[in-house]
Amino acid sequence: MMVEQPPTYRDPMSRLAMRQLLWLGALSLVGFVALMGALAWASSITGGSAIAGRAIDVETGTITRALAQEPPQLDSTRATDQASIFILGHVMEGLLRYDASNRLVPGVAERWDIRPDGATFWLRDDARWSDGRPVTAHDFVFAWRTIVDPANAAEYAFILYYVKNGEAINRGELSPEALGATAVDDRTLEVEFERPVGFFDKLVAFAVYFPVREDFYRSRDGRYAADAEDLVYNGPFMMTRWVHGAHVRLEKNPLYWNRDAVRLNVIDMPYVTADTGAVVNLFKDGSIATATLGAEQLDDAMKLRWNLGRYSDGSVFYIDFNFRPERLTSNFHLRRALQLVNDSGELVNKVIGLPGYLPAVSLFPIWLNGVEGPFRQEYPPPVVIPDLELARTHLELAKQELGVAEIPPLVLLTGDAPIANKQAEYFQNLFDRALGLEIRIDKQIFKQRLDKMTSGDFDMVAAGWGPDFADPLTFGDLYASWNGNNRGKYNNPALDEQVRIAQNSLDPRTRMDAFGEIQRILIDDAVQLPNYERGLVYVEDPRLKGVVHRSVGTDPDYTTAYLVENP
Amino acid sequence: MLTYTLKRILQGIVTVWFIATATFVAMHAVPGDPLANQRATNEQIQRNLEQRYGLDRPVSEQYVVFLGGILRGDFGISFTQENRRVNDIIRENFPVSATLGILAVAFAALGGILFGALTALFRDRLPDLVIMFLVILAISVPSFVVAAFSQLALVDINVYLGFSLLPVAGWGTLRHMIVPSMVLGLGTMAYLTRLMRSSMLEITSSDFIRTARAKGLPPARIFLKHQLRNAVLPVVTVLGPAIAAITTGGFVVELVFAIPGLGRYFVEAVQQLDYTVIMGTTVFYGAFLVSMVIVVDLLYGWIDPRVRVE
Repeated sequence: MMVEQPPTYRDPMSRLAMRQLLWLGALSLVGFVALMGALAWASSITGGSAIAGRAIDVETGTITRALAQEPPQLDSTRATDQASIFILGHVMEGLLRYDASNRLVPGVAERWDIRPDGATFWLRDDARWSDGRPVTAHDFVFAWRTIVDPANAAEYAFILYYVKNGEAINRGELSPEALGATAVDDRTLEVEFERPVGFFDKLVAFAVYFPVREDFYRSRDGRYAADAEDLVYNGPFMMTRWVHGAHVRLEKNPLYWNRDAVRLNVIDMPYVTADTGAVVNLFKDGSIATATLGAEQLDDAMKLRWNLGRYSDGSVFYIDFNFRPERLTSNFHLRRALQLVNDSGELVNKVIGLPGYLPAVSLFPIWLNGVEGPFRQEYPPPVVIPDLELARTHLELAKQELGVAEIPPLVLLTGDAPIANKQAEYFQNLFDRALGLEIRIDKQIFKQRLDKMTSGDFDMVAAGWGPDFADPLTFGDLYASWNGNNRGKYNNPALDEQVRIAQNSLDPRTRMDAFGEIQRILIDDAVQLPNYERGLVYVEDPRLKGVVHRSVGTDPDYTTAYLVENP
Repeated sequence: MLTYTLKRILQGIVTVWFIATATFVAMHAVPGDPLANQRATNEQIQRNLEQRYGLDRPVSEQYVVFLGGILRGDFGISFTQENRRVNDIIRENFPVSATLGILAVAFAALGGILFGALTALFRDRLPDLVIMFLVILAISVPSFVVAAFSQLALVDINVYLGFSLLPVAGWGTLRHMIVPSMVLGLGTMAYLTRLMRSSMLEITSSDFIRTARAKGLPPARIFLKHQLRNAVLPVVTVLGPAIAAITTGGFVVELVFAIPGLGRYFVEAVQQLDYTVIMGTTVFYGAFLVSMVIVVDLLYGWIDPRVRVE
């Protein structure tokens, strides 16, 4: 059957309307551009971020990079996060600092003496604040008192408990003036210890121990560190621009005592985004000098034959058990059974599949140092070989001890990140396949997960820990019965005793022996299932040299970085 | 007209109060401690923190304090960025979101009306088919995909050209705004095109157009004054909420293009349980949405005089 085309308007109106429409279109385009121009002008007077330069400018010594997030807190007495500590590590300096090969070197202190009962620091006379005033011992005393002052409610106050009366002040039992840190004169700082501490030199290099100048702090009237001009700097760089959430610019501090060693003039960070895809695109475009890669960008990077760098960011991830008596996981044989089927190598290589990640075999990560060499070489952790038969035997024992015919479903609490998903599903599958155990995944956002961890609403939880200082103790005391971070409430007097030894002894050998023992207990008693040590993969412009990446502290560190014209 | 306006404003205030209260209740019902952090603190510090943010008082009292704050226009201090007032966060970051949003909406509205009229004129012919196909595509592909792909395309173009035609990300100049605003407005533009097309078609076959033609009005006048003006009405109706949706919904675009807008605070605050920022941004955006709807209602009365009669 023939179908007739429906008649369409081909009258003059259609053509005229078309012309009208074109006119309208042209007119609105002009209007749109005018609107854009007006808005651009408006945002330039309200102060958007400045026009960014290219990734690297060798002539002016400028590098451009992106920030993953806005630094939440640049008041060193209250800072806790990596983003803030990265900035603070460049614009401030403590008594000691880490050099390019991660050795402790003099910072504001030119020499120091650490004894069992205290320490003395002699400050250099050419250390200056960015307004020209000298950095004195009083600045350290003021900062430290502020940290332990309960009114300041600093999360990191516990890291000053090694200083005499620190803990008592923090609990509100003594006034901040009672802190065992005194300025004998402007250039001599005398510290009394609460208990012997064998790693105080490492502690004073940490951002929380940085100086704060009292008169400046008070002059800001509660706005200290709120903006770039609300800070005074004593580090290699100073912050000259801070548009919140948009732009941070660091420039070389001309008054820094060791200014000749600083070779970059400007670190410009006009991009703030957590999207790794966007950051890699900026790098490809030549807008920024370095980018950290996510899993999605790896294939691309391989294809482009980028020269990738990788390093451990210091943190360790593991499955924690709930040891509260009413929980099945308080049973040793059940934990042992789970431990005997756990294979972190499989998890890392087949499931996570990111370069830079290492299978974890212990709570103590591979980068920690022992007495002379790496801790893990001096104290190799007991090896757990996956053994299905033995695991099933332990599972039977567990059932007998618990008096159940079948183990009821266990709850695995986990976070909402993609990698946490993969990990949880892997364990769900593994425990079901190997032991016939049902695992229920309880996925929660960070705060809710923390809440459930603290109240003990879980059987297992995917947890992790990042180091505060470069001593095994930053991990070693996690399972002490009194530690608030021991959220599974593990309680073992034998382990507690080793923690006390490690905390109170000054002899490196005795301390490391204690950590070795803690490591053994954690594995023999199946206290946790190590999963992975997190690694980061990054790409850097080949013209940028001398950037230091660290597992603990300022990371990355551009203090000693420099630029070359032709790599 | 005045009483109508006043009535609408009063209704708006009640709506905002309701939004604020519902958010407050929901926020406190969510499990989790906003002050909790990875590292456990001692009780003294916990108490001090609670005191600082007024969390040591009963929830009913917190509610009263919060309402008082709204009346004074003060939302308090952020939990996660302890040096910043929520007011400052809104003041500094909303203009960015608004700029982006206005551009996106202008782009969407102009494009939507023009393309909608075009497809109606060329009904069932090639331009119509091509545009409608693209419209379906733009509606169904989520903005994060469009954002990521357009950024990738920009990189390739810049690398190919050897200079930066348009910046890949960042904010501050006109050149930074072009691509993100188009990406953000694309979905709305597609939606408006469809809306415009169907309302144009409906109008074209209506009696008064036939009458206008019959009495010999010049076609240009018919098109502009009768067809376009009547067809644009439904578009204006959805434009108000669309402005609010676009300025609040820019989270992904802001993330991908590293734009310092308010959208990311809006989303991240909920994840971080940052009570004050949650309340501040919700109430602010709530008030913004409500006022947009009111403005559109009043505008509607101006375009279509029949609506003014109550």
